[in-house]
Amino acid sequence: MLRRLKFIAALGVMSLLALMLSAEQRFPTPDFDNGYRLPSASTPAARQLWLQYADAGVFLAALGIAVWLIYKKRSRRGLFWLSLFSLAYFGFYRKGCICPIGSPQNIVYGLFNPDYAVPVTVLIFCFAPIVAALFAGRAFCAGVCPQGALQDFVLIKPLAVPLWLEHALSVVPYMFLGAGLIYAGTGTGFVICRYDPFVPLFRLSGSIFILTFGAAFLLAGMFVGRPYCRFLCPYGGLLRLASLASKWRVRVTPDSCTQCRLCEQSCPFGAMREPAPAGTNPDRLGAERKRLAWLLALLPALVLGGAWAGSKLGPAAAQLDPAVALAERYTRQQSFPVQYGLMTPEALSLQRASGNPAEILAAAADLRRRFDLAALLFGGWIGLVIGLKLLALSVRQSRTDFEPDRGACVACARCFTACPNERVRLGWMPAADEPAPP
Amino acid sequence: MDPKPPENAPVTRRQFLRNGARFLTMTGLGVAAGALATRSTAAAWVWQIDPARCLHCGNCATQCVLEQSAVKCVHAYALCGYCQLCTGFFTPEPNELTTAAENQLCPTAALKRAYVEDPYYEYTIDEQLCIGCAKCVEGCNRFGNGSLFLQIRHDRCLNCNECAIARSCPGAAFRRVPVTQPYLLKSANR
Repeated sequence: MLRRLKFIAALGVMSLLALMLSAEQRFPTPDFDNGYRLPSASTPAARQLWLQYADAGVFLAALGIAVWLIYKKRSRRGLFWLSLFSLAYFGFYRKGCICPIGSPQNIVYGLFNPDYAVPVTVLIFCFAPIVAALFAGRAFCAGVCPQGALQDFVLIKPLAVPLWLEHALSVVPYMFLGAGLIYAGTGTGFVICRYDPFVPLFRLSGSIFILTFGAAFLLAGMFVGRPYCRFLCPYGGLLRLASLASKWRVRVTPDSCTQCRLCEQSCPFGAMREPAPAGTNPDRLGAERKRLAWLLALLPALVLGGAWAGSKLGPAAAQLDPAVALAERYTRQQSFPVQYGLMTPEALSLQRASGNPAEILAAAADLRRRFDLAALLFGGWIGLVIGLKLLALSVRQSRTDFEPDRGACVACARCFTACPNERVRLGWMPAADEPAPP
Repeated sequence: MDPKPPENAPVTRRQFLRNGARFLTMTGLGVAAGALATRSTAAAWVWQIDPARCLHCGNCATQCVLEQSAVKCVHAYALCGYCQLCTGFFTPEPNELTTAAENQLCPTAALKRAYVEDPYYEYTIDEQLCIGCAKCVEGCNRFGNGSLFLQIRHDRCLNCNECAIARSCPGAAFRRVPVTQPYLLKSANR
């Protein structure tokens, strides 16, 4: 009891002192007589800037080597070692940040937030793989991406994903990309980074939820080739689009295809396409044209419908923004007060809001307006993605050879040595054993 | 690489579209990169806590992606009163003003107390032990000078693209700062 009184008395004296000295420090730093010198706080530096540029240099070099390995050397072994290096360097050494997968968010965040200038290294990480894909396909996915490398290494027994499921799931990356970009544009956060399943594994720490998510992807990756790359990775979606327009393409055979079908089973990622007759079937031409016309007419309807549905999502999407969430909690608190524990983040943030409610509410209102527009665009984007996917599915493809799909192929080079022509070229097999062309 | 077509082979419609798409995308990327480059920065950003906005909630200790948070307590010695009864060091009702464990606020005994001269004591932080829970910061700010405050230590911080603590910070105290000035320290002459 006495101690408590003493303590309260001490506090009282301190508060009194505080009042007296409120203009200055409450307890000024003493002048020491014994020559004691004030220490200063240490400030360990962040990663050196030149090291960050070195990272970008290593990145560009790895990208170049990947292109060379795919097109000149045609070497799966080389790509294996390159992706092992990338996994070690960009994954476990650099811990995954910053990586091209999240970088489009930085670009969009930079566009809409005047306070944030996009660092040059981020521009390099974001644009270099896309430029590479425009000429040489997904060389980044093949040899530079640590997330892709990790999934490649755990693949032990690839099972074929049914084509209908493959096509249905291939729109998911674009939806994820859209969501990531609207949350980056509104300044809420970087959801693509938040739900990256592998970066926590590189860091060897993270929340239970995200580690379980990563483990689930790795487990699935043992039987389904690169599940994240194919069905979720938003940057893979961008590269898929870019490689549809690529100048060169990955070819299974070094010269001519003998239609031996040996390469058919070699692709664990469902990217191999079989030859399709080039000629038109006059019986089906009319029906095909009609379907195409219907789908073309449907496209604007899908975009508009999506935008309409999206516009309803605005308020819900805004909930994820901490500033909007705080404003809502503050408003709710005015009508239905909830008692939060002392010093809890909730109570403290409410205290901050009550200090300047007008500012908090105005910021939230501005954010809600941004979200209304963003959600509308997001809905339209979803409609566009689905419409274009349907159109792409109904455009006739003509192929004379077995070849990988431009977009789906991650250029892993596994199919090369399945081709007897390649084996002859490499000298693994005498030319006499080569199957005769049909 | 496609085998070389004959010199005078006509360009197919698909090839034409593909070339067109490639040139358009390249132009678009060029324009975007050019526009961004005028607004971009050669330096990089790192995360830091603005001590003026920090509410000492304790999230820093638990929300960081690292098992032991990259946020630690930092002492602005020039602000410190070197108090004998340091409310950042002692629990609100200490049995006596000694370094006995039950008197200490710090759950890991990372805040060290050393005698300087009567009646002054120096308080230093053992960064190996500090978990960034802000209990001492709260005590120091409530009754003292606020010389103890939290900072992200850049030798530990992974500089995640999205800081997990920033996301849950009730004071919105986290912000990106240029890598050339990576700390927001408290100083005496404010």
